[in-house]
Amino acid sequence: MSETLARTPLYDLHAELGGRLVPFAGWEMPVQYTGIIEEHMAVRKTAGLFDVSHMGEARIRGRDAAAFLDRIMTNELSTLKPGAARYTLMCQPDGGCVDDLIIYRFSETEFLICLNASNAQKDIAWMRTLIGTAKVEVIDECVAWAQLAIQGPLAEQVLALTTSLPLASIRRFGFLVGEVAGASGCVVSRTGYTGSAGFEIYLPAASATQVARALLAAGKPLGLIPAGLGARDSLRLEAGYPLYGHEISERISPIQAGLGWTVKFTKAQFIGREALRRQAEGGPPSSVVMFSLDDRRIARQGAIVFAGDTAVGEVLSGTLSPVLNKPIGTALVAAGFTGSSELTVDIRGTRLPLHISVEPFVK
Amino acid sequence: MSQVPAHLRYTKEHEWIRLEADGTATIGITDHAQAALGDVTFVDLPKVGKSFAAGEVFGTVESVKAASDLYSPVSAEIVEANTGLNDTPDLVNREPYGGAWMIRVKLKNPAEAAQLLDAAAYSATL
Repeated sequence: MSETLARTPLYDLHAELGGRLVPFAGWEMPVQYTGIIEEHMAVRKTAGLFDVSHMGEARIRGRDAAAFLDRIMTNELSTLKPGAARYTLMCQPDGGCVDDLIIYRFSETEFLICLNASNAQKDIAWMRTLIGTAKVEVIDECVAWAQLAIQGPLAEQVLALTTSLPLASIRRFGFLVGEVAGASGCVVSRTGYTGSAGFEIYLPAASATQVARALLAAGKPLGLIPAGLGARDSLRLEAGYPLYGHEISERISPIQAGLGWTVKFTKAQFIGREALRRQAEGGPPSSVVMFSLDDRRIARQGAIVFAGDTAVGEVLSGTLSPVLNKPIGTALVAAGFTGSSELTVDIRGTRLPLHISVEPFVK
Repeated sequence: MSQVPAHLRYTKEHEWIRLEADGTATIGITDHAQAALGDVTFVDLPKVGKSFAAGEVFGTVESVKAASDLYSPVSAEIVEANTGLNDTPDLVNREPYGGAWMIRVKLKNPAEAAQLLDAAAYSATL
C-alpha cells in the first residue's frame, strides 16, 4: 500500500523554484532548494522564506476556552492577553508529551493553536475527548490555513515592503491580524523556529502563493531566498529548540527536555501535573543535553552515548552546524551523566568525545 | 539533469571508475550521487595498502542529511586516497568527476571492470 502524500498550496511554486520534494510527516515538502548550508546561512545573515503549511491549526472557541486550555496544557493560557501567543506542552497523565504547541489568543473566548504536522489529527482527537461538559469547541482548521515563516535579520524589512501593518509594534510572541501582499485575514506573529529574528504568517490557503511570490520578489534584492525543511532543522538545533519525536515525545517529558519553564505547577490541576511534579522534585531518570563534536562526522539519531564502556544514552538529533562548522546535536542521557566531561558517542564504530553545551549554540 | 561522462564506468550504487593507462583506476561518486546527498560535510577514506573485494564498503560520504557507504566497484588495493577532501569535503558537490576523486587503486582482477555499467546503462538507472 502506498502512502498518499498531502501537498501544501505552494506545491507548484516549490517545483518552479527547484525545491527537492521529499516525504515529511505525510506531506510532500521541500527539503532544500539551493542547499541546506546556503539556506541556513541566508537565515542567519539576510533572510529565508519557509513554507510551513504542513503545520496544523485548531481553533478553540467558547465560554470555557481558557479554563479548558489551562486544564489540558502545561503552561498557563488564561493569563495570556488577546494579541499574544505562548509556547506550551500538552501532556499525557504520565507526563509524556502529546505535542508542543504555540497558542494565539484572539479574544476572551477564542484561541488558535498551531499543531505539529505529524500530530495534528491526534491532537485534535485528544482535545475533543477531554471537553466533557466544558462549553468549548475544538475546530479543525488545518486545511483552511497556509503558513509561511520569514526568518532572518532582514525579515522585518522584507515583510514591511508587503504590508502596512505596524510590524515594529509587534513584540516577541505578539501578533496582529491584517493584510499582507493584498491578502486579508493574515495572522502575523513575531515567532519562529530558527533562533534568528522574524515572523510567522498564518494566511488563508487560497492566498498562499500570492503572498509567497510577493515576499520572494520584495526580498530578493535584500538576499531573501526560499529555504527548506533541511535548513529549518539545522537552524532549530543550533538555537536549541526541541522537535517532537526527537527531544520531546510520548516517552520524553518536558522536565526531561529542559522545558520545565513551560510547566506551571502554580495551576492547581492540569493533565500530567502529578507525574511532572515527581520528576521535577525527584529528578528525571534521564535528561536531554546539547552537544558538539570536534570532528566532521555527524552523530545522528540513535547513535549510542557511552561513559567509559557503559551505554548511558542515545542521540536524539544531529546535524552539522553551519555557523560553528562542526557537528552538533542532542542526546538523552541517564541521570548522573548529564554533566560528565567523559562522554563519548559511537559513530559507525568510532568513539568520539562528546562536549556537552549548557547554552544553545546560537542565541 | 545530472552529468554522466561517456568515458567512465559506473556502479548501480553511483560510484564512477576511470581505468588509467598504467593499470590503476580512479574512483569517485557521480554527479547524481552528490546532488542526492546535498551538502557533503565529511568523506571517510581508507588507508593506502588496504584491500577491498568488489562490492565491499571502502568508506563513507556524509552530508548534512545522511551518511552513505561507498562501495568498491572492483577488487582492489588502495594506492592513494584523496586526503584533500578532509579540508574541502564540499568539493564533492562541485567537482564530483574532477578534484573530488576519492581513491586510486590497483586492480586485482581487471576482468571485473568489464562488468560495470557504461554511461548509457548507468543513465538508464537514474
